[in-house]
Formats: sequence, structure tokens, C-alpha cells
Amino acid sequence: MEAEIQHANQKLATSMYYIDPHIHMVSRTTDDYETLARMGCVAISEPAFWAGYDRGSADGFRDYFVQLTEVEPLRAAAYGIEHFTWLCINAKEAENVQLSRDVLKMIPEFLDCPNVLGIGEIGLNKNTPNESIIFQEHLELAIEYDQQILIHTPHLEDKYQGTRMILDMLADHSQLDRSRVLVDHVEEHTVRAVIDAGYWAGMTLYPVTKCTPARAADIIETVGSERLCVNSAGDWGPSKPTAVPDLIFEMRKRGHREAQIKEVVFDNPRRFFNQSKNFQLSDPEDR
Amino acid sequence: MKSSKEILDSEFLDLRSKLLDLAASLDRIDRAEGSIAGDERMQLLAAGIAIIAKDDPDRAHQIQHLFSREFDPQWKQKFNMPTRN
Ligand SMILES: [Zn+2]
Repeated sequence: MEAEIQHANQKLATSMYYIDPHIHMVSRTTDDYETLARMGCVAISEPAFWAGYDRGSADGFRDYFVQLTEVEPLRAAAYGIEHFTWLCINAKEAENVQLSRDVLKMIPEFLDCPNVLGIGEIGLNKNTPNESIIFQEHLELAIEYDQQILIHTPHLEDKYQGTRMILDMLADHSQLDRSRVLVDHVEEHTVRAVIDAGYWAGMTLYPVTKCTPARAADIIETVGSERLCVNSAGDWGPSKPTAVPDLIFEMRKRGHREAQIKEVVFDNPRRFFNQSKNFQLSDPEDR
Repeated sequence: MKSSKEILDSEFLDLRSKLLDLAASLDRIDRAEGSIAGDERMQLLAAGIAIIAKDDPDRAHQIQHLFSREFDPQWKQKFNMPTRN
């Protein structure tokens, strides 16, 4: 018995390498990069998002895209972390249709940057007509340039309605390869519709407003781990950049096999990203 | 994987503490000055507590729907959004 406990404790304390497929490092400190590296993070993907204030012009987005494609990869590399990114105008600022169209026009200039995986995180915020129009225009851009898509679903009371609207709009595009689309921030009431329709799903581990590690583990146990990823969505708001290791810890405590945990935190995001021509990441186990 | 008895053993004190937190938060609201009569969030919370008390396997799912705006399958017509392809 004692030996068993000792063995379990050893396993709980070992770090597992992982990918955080959704984290906003422009809002985080260099100390966070170091902590992520120490916790076993080997790669991250950073979708373009709302900065906490509305940008004044398309040029503000150009500067942001330079930050995502040139500056962050260098900050990450200093800690041995591979940095990938997604470009778009976020759902909140998509309310401004003219600004959005100016940004959409500019995105193709950046699509050949070596760390760009696709278009994202596009989606809905308050589920308005303008947001929906710009979401559709992003989808058309992604299809035209053969890009993968990362989708933000709305918060709290707007999530269910917004997720269903997003699935409706995605279904309009029969030429869209569903296995190259990830619908993020799913919870108990939205995960099945996303997975059953053939898309990938992401669960965000947030202290109060999204999934806790325990609930995310419950969802994995009930829905299965196929096409399911987890992320911290660490940003400038209340969030925890090391939330993925918290899920690893939770799953180990429950007695999940190491291979199943690794599937969720490493194999799955790698499998999804591998469909993008700019993604390359070897398994540290094979190095 | 753990049995239901093992899960209850390890989570009982945590659940007890969560119930106390919930009770104390509601007491705090009651104790404070001012009125929240007609604030529909209190009805939502009461309905959520009723869901927890049920013997159903998908309580979390039901609570998510309780706190969600309704989805109208006809939303595209309302928005005058053309179906694209
Ligand atoms: Zn995000």
C-alpha cells in the first residue's frame, strides 16, 4: 500500500510535456514563458484577439500582426518553446464592419509568415448581425487561401446561442474541411454538437467563467478524447497560463492512463495543427 | 478509475464546503441592505439549486442551459442573412 502511494505520488509530481493550443502571450510576461517551459510546455499557439480596448485603425492590427509573427516567436524561442499564431479581427471589434473589411484585406500579406497556422480566433461575441457578417467573410477568406480555422465561442449566457449560430454558418460552406476547424471554449452544453458535426473542440480552463480542470476532466470522461483539446486561453484578464498542467494533475489524480492524458494535451493539438503547412513539431520523446 | 464510493470519500468535504459557501453567500445577500425583489438572477439561482437537488445524471448540462439565452433556429431570417455556399 505504502509503495503504491509512493508510486502514485511520484507520478503526480512528474511534469509531462504539452502544447497550449490557445494562449495570448502578448499579454503575459517573460517570467510566464519561463514558467511554461518549466512546466513542460513545448509549443503554444496564439490566436489574434481583443486587446482589452478597441484599436483605432487597421494599422493598429498591422502592428499587432507583426508582434504575433515576428516578436513573440523570438520571446518563446528564448525558452525553447515553439510559437505559432492565427490572424483575424476578433469578434468584438468585428462589430465595426468597415474596419473589419480593412483588416481582412490586409491579412493575406501575413499568411506566408512561417508561424501562421490559419485564421482565428474568429467567432461571435454578442451574437449580432455585424459579427455574423464578418464571421462569414473570414470563412470565405480562409477557404480562398486554404487556411485552417480557430473559432471563439461567446461567453456565459451567449455561448449556447452563439455556438449554434456558428455551426449554422459553418454548415453553409460545403467545401469546408471540418477536420481543419476547431471550435473553442466548449462546455457541457456545447461540446457534443461541435464534435458530432465533425469539428475539433477546445476546452478553456478558466477559474470562474469557463471550465475548471475537474469539469474538463468530466467532459473528457463522458465525451471521449477524440478531437478534443484543452487550453489556458491565458490573457490580460483573470486566467492562469499554467492551467493545462492543472488538468494533467487532475487526470492523474483520477487514475487516467498517461497515454490518454498525453493524447489530450499533446497528440491531439499536434494532430490538428499538422494539417497546416507551417506546422512542424517533433515529439520530444523521439528526439 | 475510482469507484463512486472512492469519489465520495475524496470529495465529500469539498462538497460540504461548497454547500456552506453557497449558503453563506445567499445569507450575505439577505443580510445586506437594499432590495433585490424581482431580480431574476435570484430566481435563476433558486432554479439551479433545484437542479442540483434532483437525482439526474446530467445536472451540469441542465444548469448550463438554465443560464443560457435561447437559440432561435430562424435567426438567419431575422438577421436578413443570406445562406452562403
Ligand atoms: Zn482567446
